[in-house]
Amino acid sequence: MNTNVDNTAPAQKYRTSFLQEVEANVEEGHWVKMCMQCGVCSGSCPLGKHWEHPPQEIFMMIRAGKREAVLTSESMWMCTSCYNCIVRCPRGLPITHIMHGLAHYAKRVSLVPDNQQTAKFAQLFWNNLALKGRVNELRLGMALYFMNGLGEGIKTALKMKDIGIDLAKTKRMNPMELLGGHSIKDLSGFKNMLKKAQELEAARIQPQNA
Amino acid sequence: MAKYTYSFYPGCSSQTGASSSNYMVSVRTMCEELDIQLNEIPDWNCCGASIGYAGGGELPRLALSARNIALSEKHNPNQEILATCAACWLSTREAAERLQHDAGIRGECDQALAAANLTIKNTTPIKHMAEVLVQTIGFEEIRAKVKKPLSGIKIAGYVGCQTNRPFGIAGESFENPQYLDNLVTALGGEAIPKYEKKVQCCGGALAFSEPDKSQEMIKGILEAAYDHGADMLVTPCPVCQMNTEVYQDQINAAHGTKFKIPVVYYSTLMAVAFGRSAKDAALNGQVIPAKKLEEIAG
Ligand code: SF4
Ligand code: SF4
Repeated sequence: MNTNVDNTAPAQKYRTSFLQEVEANVEEGHWVKMCMQCGVCSGSCPLGKHWEHPPQEIFMMIRAGKREAVLTSESMWMCTSCYNCIVRCPRGLPITHIMHGLAHYAKRVSLVPDNQQTAKFAQLFWNNLALKGRVNELRLGMALYFMNGLGEGIKTALKMKDIGIDLAKTKRMNPMELLGGHSIKDLSGFKNMLKKAQELEAARIQPQNA
Repeated sequence: MAKYTYSFYPGCSSQTGASSSNYMVSVRTMCEELDIQLNEIPDWNCCGASIGYAGGGELPRLALSARNIALSEKHNPNQEILATCAACWLSTREAAERLQHDAGIRGECDQALAAANLTIKNTTPIKHMAEVLVQTIGFEEIRAKVKKPLSGIKIAGYVGCQTNRPFGIAGESFENPQYLDNLVTALGGEAIPKYEKKVQCCGGALAFSEPDKSQEMIKGILEAAYDHGADMLVTPCPVCQMNTEVYQDQINAAHGTKFKIPVVYYSTLMAVAFGRSAKDAALNGQVIPAKKLEEIAG
């Protein structure tokens, strides 16, 4: 199977309908058409003022075929996973998961804006957990500080130094974690599982490449 | 045999030397007092938390939780899964429900699990510790264990997001859950039922990637607690605890505030009220010391 993803392939296949592309390829995307545009979700996001397009608008834009504008948007990366929207939506849309799904899909088709901080952090988080099966907080923190380059990293590390010292003093951070740290035992089974899951998902989302 | 037995999913942040290792110490103490036996799921892995979606997508992320459920079924059969971390609980329960409702994803997930020589029945209930305390054990039994009431301590019950939504605790409202207030009262402390920010988001994982935006929200959470004259906050979530406690200096520097308010776990309060030592309550794990609890613990 060819898992080398051709990022233009999905766009070709669904060039007539972005809604269909979302329904087929985005986690919980089949719910989008159920939105009745009441706007309750948009009033629910804690970081609402930082969303260029709040969820209700995103759903409208998907139906209007605004593929580029949706997938290059930083909006869904502002989702804090607070689940306010989900418990309030009168149509029962799993909005949180659709936002996560759109964010992931934007990554899959390489449309995430450069320097999107949450996208970068989220990828570091995934890489970190995939390595040993468990998150190594210290390495994750270090990777986070330095994700925007060395100069920025030193600035951030200095700003965060007092918090690091506080956590180390209270034994809530262990400098030795840098040397290895917590791991699961059946790492090979774990990695086989993730690999298989990634292959299956890639095949489902990109059937033309299977 | 213990009175209550669970298959326990502790989660990454609870591990020795990690950010909520103090939570785990107080949970273990609380469980000793309430006769709850926690059988750790052997070789559990990270749940992906609420930020795993970007790198993990849907199936690989769900497979993480499926592996934990499968291991629990295999090694701790017929025991309900119990998590102490809000994100662990939410991810695991969400994954279980998605696999129940979506046969396609379930079929793929089975194949992924087979690559790790595992199978899943997916019939195990998945509980948060707060849920067990409120629903299974109950305030009556908790009150009966109190040896040192938390008299004179005013405590803001900060429930946060993920212990509260989308599942929450049966019988509680999403907008104004009362169980932390009821717990504080049961332990002899003074609750603040009108605390406006009890379900306000702290930014979650975005406290790392969007620190300024998140800290603005955290400021509101702390400010409202001060306005009510709170001595401390109590929370059921490791992310809430971390975010509201450790950034107070940075918020003070940026906003000219003077916050220095301790944030503890419900299990910290219970360990102290049950008469256990400061060490057993992990009071040494507070970045901002909870002096009033130290005085009671002695
Ligand atoms: S709350 Fe639900 S129905 Fe209303 S706009 Fe948002 S997604 Fe659509
Ligand atoms: S879960 Fe995300 S989309 Fe929903 S209200 Fe919270 S921030 Fe907005």
